[in-house]
Amino acid sequence: MLATIAGRPVHVNDEGFLTEFDEWDEGVAAALAADIGIQLDEERLTVLRFVRRDYQERGTTPTLRRVSASGGFDTKRLFALFPKKPAKKMAYVAGVPKPVGCV
Amino acid sequence: MTSDRPVPTFDDDVDGGRKLCIICSQGSLDMAYPGLILANAALGEGIETHLFFTFWGYEIIRKKTMANLQFTAIGNPASHMPALAAALPGMQALATRMMRRQMADLDVPTVPEMLDHIVAAGGHLWACRMSADMLKLKLEDLHDGVEAVIGATEFMELSAGAQTLFV
Repeated sequence: MLATIAGRPVHVNDEGFLTEFDEWDEGVAAALAADIGIQLDEERLTVLRFVRRDYQERGTTPTLRRVSASGGFDTKRLFALFPKKPAKKMAYVAGVPKPVGCV
Repeated sequence: MTSDRPVPTFDDDVDGGRKLCIICSQGSLDMAYPGLILANAALGEGIETHLFFTFWGYEIIRKKTMANLQFTAIGNPASHMPALAAALPGMQALATRMMRRQMADLDVPTVPEMLDHIVAAGGHLWACRMSADMLKLKLEDLHDGVEAVIGATEFMELSAGAQTLFV
């Protein structure tokens, strides 16, 4: 469906996840973060840029372990930045599909 | 926020009280992974997660063995290897190497890395007291993330209200 986020039209699925990779920008990200009670800052944006780059390169959303092992981000810190369900929340705010990997 | 589009709730509150306990009782490479992978998935979902290692499961958390778990096709019909071939000398090492490579190809971490990740994600590791006595092992012989050696009764207290899996 077509929705308006941060003043621009974007496509989202029935859960609210963006479906078009290129419709994302940092303004959209800030609005998506606010949806789930997260205030976007530079540290979080750095993580999100890795998630998007990795998705673009591999065609699949990175799991939490991949963000930590390949992105070099500390797992505990990721739980602090995106509480409780970090992998799903990172994916949502980064505008990529919900992760499906097991590890 | 806006109401013209769906916004995921991530069920943060719904899962607030969910708790999972996994009893790991096997010490082979193939039987170490199910418990560790489920624990990892549970933690990623914000679920309070405890792993209790008992009997052969100690191999998974012993510093001396955790990086060197073995896989054997003997007695395992699912491996599709004739029983006599599986028993040949060197076959266990070969099967173990093959399995490790398959796991690595899938980007699945080694057992020690998996334990590190589980601890970093807030998971709790516990070791069984009776097994420790039997194997003459102390807390310092075990992965640094193991919080304590506890008895079966303490485990019962710990797992009150939890969903419990026996692997």
